[in-house]
Amino acid sequence: MFLVPRLQQTPGWLSRPDISILRPRMHSLPPANISRPGGTVTLASEGESAGNGATPHPGAADVISTTALKKVYPGGMVAVDELSLSVRRGEIFGLLGPNGAGKSTTVGMLTTRVIPTSGSAVVNGIDVVAEPARAKQVIGVVSQANTLDQGLNVWENLYFHGRYFGMSAQASRAATNDLLERFRLADKKTAEVEALSGGMARRLMVARALLHQPAVIFLDEPTVGLDPQSRIALWEVLGELQDEGQTVLVTTHRMEEADEHCDRLAIMDHGRIKAVDTPAGLKARLGGGASVTVRADGEIEKLASQLRRAVFTTEVQVVDGHVRISLPQAEGAMQLVLAAAQAGRFRLTDLAVSCDNLETVFVKLTGKDLRE
Amino acid sequence: MTASTAGPFDTERTRSVRGASWTAFRAMLLRDFTILDKRLPQFVAGTVMQPLMLVFVLTNLFPRIGQAVGGGGGASRFSSLLMAGIVAQTIIFIGIFSVGTEMVRELGVTGEVEDRILAPTPIFVVAAEKIVSGGLQALFGAMVVFPIGAFVPSTPVYLEVRPIVLLTLTPLACVTAAALGLTMGARFSPGTASYLFGVVALPLSFLGAIFYTWPSLDAVPLLQYALLVNPLVYASEGFRAALVAGEPHLSLFVVYPAMIVSAVVFTVLGMRGLRERVLS
Repeated sequence: MFLVPRLQQTPGWLSRPDISILRPRMHSLPPANISRPGGTVTLASEGESAGNGATPHPGAADVISTTALKKVYPGGMVAVDELSLSVRRGEIFGLLGPNGAGKSTTVGMLTTRVIPTSGSAVVNGIDVVAEPARAKQVIGVVSQANTLDQGLNVWENLYFHGRYFGMSAQASRAATNDLLERFRLADKKTAEVEALSGGMARRLMVARALLHQPAVIFLDEPTVGLDPQSRIALWEVLGELQDEGQTVLVTTHRMEEADEHCDRLAIMDHGRIKAVDTPAGLKARLGGGASVTVRADGEIEKLASQLRRAVFTTEVQVVDGHVRISLPQAEGAMQLVLAAAQAGRFRLTDLAVSCDNLETVFVKLTGKDLRE
Repeated sequence: MTASTAGPFDTERTRSVRGASWTAFRAMLLRDFTILDKRLPQFVAGTVMQPLMLVFVLTNLFPRIGQAVGGGGGASRFSSLLMAGIVAQTIIFIGIFSVGTEMVRELGVTGEVEDRILAPTPIFVVAAEKIVSGGLQALFGAMVVFPIGAFVPSTPVYLEVRPIVLLTLTPLACVTAAALGLTMGARFSPGTASYLFGVVALPLSFLGAIFYTWPSLDAVPLLQYALLVNPLVYASEGFRAALVAGEPHLSLFVVYPAMIVSAVVFTVLGMRGLRERVLS
């Protein structure tokens, strides 16, 4: 029997200075779990390949698992269509998609607030549809809107949350003090929540979602409306949580954040998953190219034909006095161009390589049409 | 253990829904009363002002300036029957304005009910807590206005307390009021909340047998029977039976079943309304 201690069940956890000791990192899972069937599923619903498998938590058990999850709203609008998704324990999983892609509906179904039309959703082993009240014990939710309790002050918002989740007064008080300290809100503990800045309010909401030690926390567009400093601070917090083994599902349409912070991403559009992989995997599979811009002394057309011969590439163009080359992969691009230029005895005055990014991948998968 | 979809966490260690609901219910009550405690001066002022003004003008000022009030029975009789009506009205108004407007705000404006909706308990428990908490507030409000009805009038008030009727009817009225408030709160959007006073509270109040007894409407039979759809009529008449000496009132054989039906119907409607607002 392999058991990870449930923090929720151990009110005494706060007496320990480092809660990470209670949350084993995923690579310490025994082989029995690593080889479990389905443990490495990263299939997109349309049958795309699963990517390179170089995922940060290979084989970790799934905390979230959905099968053919579907939501049709009254009026016939299909918000989520046959969605099958697995989120592993300990990963930061990003749901990326344009407005109206079905991200929030998906999170709504996983957090019991949207009732699926069909399909199943299991969170931490609990069927969310059949047992929503029990499922709520193991989830923490940070909504996009500020839903802090305005009748209560900062400290009370956390304290009462703990009490709703069955913590004793003493345990909730201790957890509240600990989290306020950790989220740098201790000096605001008696403040009314209306007086908090957007960044502080969001941090308080994250703290609240964590207070009852959920198996997974859901964050819906957590950085929308935050200034850059607050965004950075929030991702730092999420990074720390990840280090402690906290599973996080985050929806976003900020590509650079998804790229930098998520272990794996699902790109959603029209209620379906277009691809699931690590950010690097997605870029390698669907983007991965680079564009190189070169300037040199001498005849630029000659340089262009030299490069054309050297790199066997599809596109080498002369634009505004420089050569622009599109390469299928970024790796080695610079060496290739330098070598070709040297072979032709060109003296380069400028060389710039820009890699395809997640946005390229995203647009490839979801198109350029404007969404509402 | 073979790893199933359950994963390595032993989910059987989650608490039973029943146990989790009970602790969540108590915590939510504690939350509501923490907030009530913070806003006590506003709550008391808001609760007291309307009945105080009514009782003062109608039963203290009018008799002293010789203004006709109370029909043939005289000022003292009017003060006595109004006493019961004021208690009933206070209870129903706290339901509509305290619970109702709070729910409109929490559901439609701030979304702050979310933390309680996500507490590990079914939605109907959240609704039930709101009804209990609103009912206790209504009870508290009734106790605050009781002395107003008894001592502000300039003429004697003839009370004859029937404790059993009072002790059984009061909780019923309080639950009905809070459930009515929850129903209204879940149905009204922030944009339409202003109609709560004009369209709901005013007609309920003026046609709620507060300033007159239901039997005295014999002279206007159509209105008399039309009024029976108003739950406040039963509350007023019930409190008349429980508090006022020698005043004809609607039979308790009608009052009790009607109050029970009102309480049940509005509780069901309120629970359903909340569920419909927070789940999709």
